[in-house]
Amino acid sequence: MPVKQIHLAAHFPGVNNTTVWSDPGSGSQIDFGSFVHLARTAERGKFDFFFLAEGLRLREMKGRIHDLDVAGRPESLTVLSALSGVTARLGLAATVNSTFNEPYEVARRLATLDHLSGGRAAWNVVTSWDAFTGENFRRGGYLAEADRYNRAREFLGTARELWDSWSGGDLVADPASGTFARPDAGAFAHRGPQFDIAGRFNAPRPPQGRPVIIQAGDSAEGREFAAAEADVIFSRHGTLEDGRAFYKDVKSRLAKYGRRPDELKIMPSVTYVLGDTEEDAAERAADIRRAQVTPQGALAYLEGFWGRDLSGYDPDGPLPDVEPDLGEGVSKGRAQFRGDRSETVRRWRALAAERGLTIRELVIEATGRQTFVGTPRSVADQIDEFVRTDAADGFVLVPHLTPTGLDDLVEHVVPLLQEKGVFRADYTGPTLRDHLGLEAP
Amino acid sequence: MTELHLAAALNDAGWHPAAWRDPSARPSALFTAGYWGDLAAEAERGLLDFVTIEDALGPPAPPGGVTARLDAVLIAARLAPATSRIGLVPATVVPHTEPFHVSIGIASLDHASRGRAGWRPDAAPAHHAHAPHFGRRDLPDAALLGEAAEFAEVVRRLWDSWEDDAEIRDTATGRFLDREKLHYIDFEGEHLRVRGPSITPRPPQGQPPVTVLADDVAGYELAARAADVVLVAPRSRGDAVTVVAQVREAERTVERTGEPLRVLGDLVVFLDAVPGAAHARLARLDGLARAAFDAEVFTGTPGDLADLLLDWREAGLDGFRLRPGVLPADLAAITRELVPILRGRGAFRESYGTATLRGHLGLPRPANRYAVSDPGRRP
Ligand SMILES: Cc1cc2nc3c(=O)[nH]c(=O)nc-3n(C[C@H](O)[C@H](O)[C@H](O)COP(=O)(O)O)c2cc1C
Repeated sequence: MPVKQIHLAAHFPGVNNTTVWSDPGSGSQIDFGSFVHLARTAERGKFDFFFLAEGLRLREMKGRIHDLDVAGRPESLTVLSALSGVTARLGLAATVNSTFNEPYEVARRLATLDHLSGGRAAWNVVTSWDAFTGENFRRGGYLAEADRYNRAREFLGTARELWDSWSGGDLVADPASGTFARPDAGAFAHRGPQFDIAGRFNAPRPPQGRPVIIQAGDSAEGREFAAAEADVIFSRHGTLEDGRAFYKDVKSRLAKYGRRPDELKIMPSVTYVLGDTEEDAAERAADIRRAQVTPQGALAYLEGFWGRDLSGYDPDGPLPDVEPDLGEGVSKGRAQFRGDRSETVRRWRALAAERGLTIRELVIEATGRQTFVGTPRSVADQIDEFVRTDAADGFVLVPHLTPTGLDDLVEHVVPLLQEKGVFRADYTGPTLRDHLGLEAP
Repeated sequence: MTELHLAAALNDAGWHPAAWRDPSARPSALFTAGYWGDLAAEAERGLLDFVTIEDALGPPAPPGGVTARLDAVLIAARLAPATSRIGLVPATVVPHTEPFHVSIGIASLDHASRGRAGWRPDAAPAHHAHAPHFGRRDLPDAALLGEAAEFAEVVRRLWDSWEDDAEIRDTATGRFLDREKLHYIDFEGEHLRVRGPSITPRPPQGQPPVTVLADDVAGYELAARAADVVLVAPRSRGDAVTVVAQVREAERTVERTGEPLRVLGDLVVFLDAVPGAAHARLARLDGLARAAFDAEVFTGTPGDLADLLLDWREAGLDGFRLRPGVLPADLAAITRELVPILRGRGAFRESYGTATLRGHLGLPRPANRYAVSDPGRRP
């Protein structure tokens, strides 16, 4: 049996609280040159794909625009289309929301990217449904939370009908006979509770047949949606134990849709820090954590859980003595914490008391260290172990620096994975489906 | 003599519905990056101000013609790294799209091209036919212009919703942004409501030039309110005099301030060096498919076209957008034959003197409508 191969993707850092903007080496999150640098680095490393996240409204805290983290990003598909001109093999994955869009336009734009890139497009289908984001859209069209996957499922199903409305031979382009396309090319009719549309789709069948589908959502509905529909699942389960449980759970859901386990690749999002020695790497990792969690950022993070203004507290002092306000919350525009906030606060108080942690130290502790920390050799071994022992099929790597954060990994870790024979030495086909080992639909 | 502004309108295989059947066409390459890259390179070789790219959310032609078309903003984005000076002006369809997505798409094109993006909101009634693709109720034609005006206003406000210096990276206070320099746009119109601010920082040009195609007073007034460039379709020199006067009148009616509209005349062109050849080519294509153009059609030699352009310019036009009848042949005739003739007559640039589309059009970078003009506060 051939050795299980690792799949790797590069997440453009940019907008989140893990990107360190205060580092002198931190570049622009919006200049096209930054996107070119990271994409070319990923392609030099023979990565499967380059990934862009999406957030359609600037985050707010306490009713005001959140000003502590990197903000400001481009429209994903536009930048990916531009990047298709400076890369040749790298897959190009766009996060596109299924609530604030229409299937005809999204299917057509993804088909366009697939045509222009020669078969390298992927779509991360996300389902943010909140009214806060809806205020930026004409149809205001937000959903009840319970409907988010109904709409997503029907949206994706409709997009598939649109891509399938052209078959490979429909584009005739024969000047002599005057037939440009077969007469019924593009004809579609979809009647459902979310969409009632019919007519002609105007993008010929994409080179990959259909773009690669990625899903990122963690609830039971999200997992079921991925098992039924997705080619890749982008998860947050970055520990061995957690990863194995998630992997087993998701893969076991595939059979009832008539799918084999290898038809869905599980790729957790992970962070990493390299060093010359283990100690050096650990020290760098701690420095990066401190840069990621600034004093002001630590307070803002706690405010998200306390649900109230904590600006009077010293981030280098003890945890707030006031009780959390479990009302509506003060943070908007980011994935909401769905757990029990008062239980979390209780746990943190205990942890802080036991270890004598300040607010900032507590937040550094609570938001977790990097997934892989070590020498290039040990990081390569950890990556290999995760994949070999079915905690993942690969990873979406999230660098902490824009745009050079992937350089060292590509230079020092990828060659070790290639040496082990667990990662491609070169691309074997032109399309993203080829890289992921997925069959054409 | 001031120089003409010249643009080429790219669409499918050319503007004649049978263009794809011309022996020089590349019909099976229409959906490849290579095809579009070659067209843009040709236009840039001719030092044209910009290319426009058409869009439609349904088949652009009836069965028999070219019934597929890729997304214009994404084509323009693909062309950005393949070119270095030419402006890239995609169309988007007004009634079936979201202004928020369009605004960040054009802003992103401007970032990716380092200041060469433009935009043409397209509210032509022809797009009504595609409403069933969106399950949207049919709109009366009159409402479309109103929606287009609101749409353009939302897009423009979103571009200004980040001031140029909103990103501060102030380590002392831990702030990446100065939130005082980000602005809700709070647009509430008859058709649209959008809160903002944008998620994309202000485009390098501040405001990428907005282009509106218009052929009546209502259209000129929309252009005078919302656009930097108006594309008009005079049928003769005398008609051009009338149209330019109507555009200037529309500017006064809506009390436009700042730069006057750049007025470009649209012409469909079939060009051949041999007299009579272009006309015969058009007749042959007309035999294959009937054409109905919403602009004057020119057939003749590049020299004759140069004469016509210089004559019509006297009517007050700032330049022309030429729609090649067949691609790539009529585009190459523009860049390789027409342009050198115009240059020989001192009417077209010898080289790009500017690097942005606003620069090519002689438009200064605009102030931000939301910026406080207190000189003590801002540089
Ligand atoms: C790893 C990961 C990355 C995500 N990235 C995005 C994103 O870029 N944009 C977005 O709107 N939602 C994003 N989401 C949110 C999900 O798509 C989904 O809308 C949300 O998790 C709710 O679904 P759930 O209840 O199944 O978790 C992400 C989720 C995960 C787990």
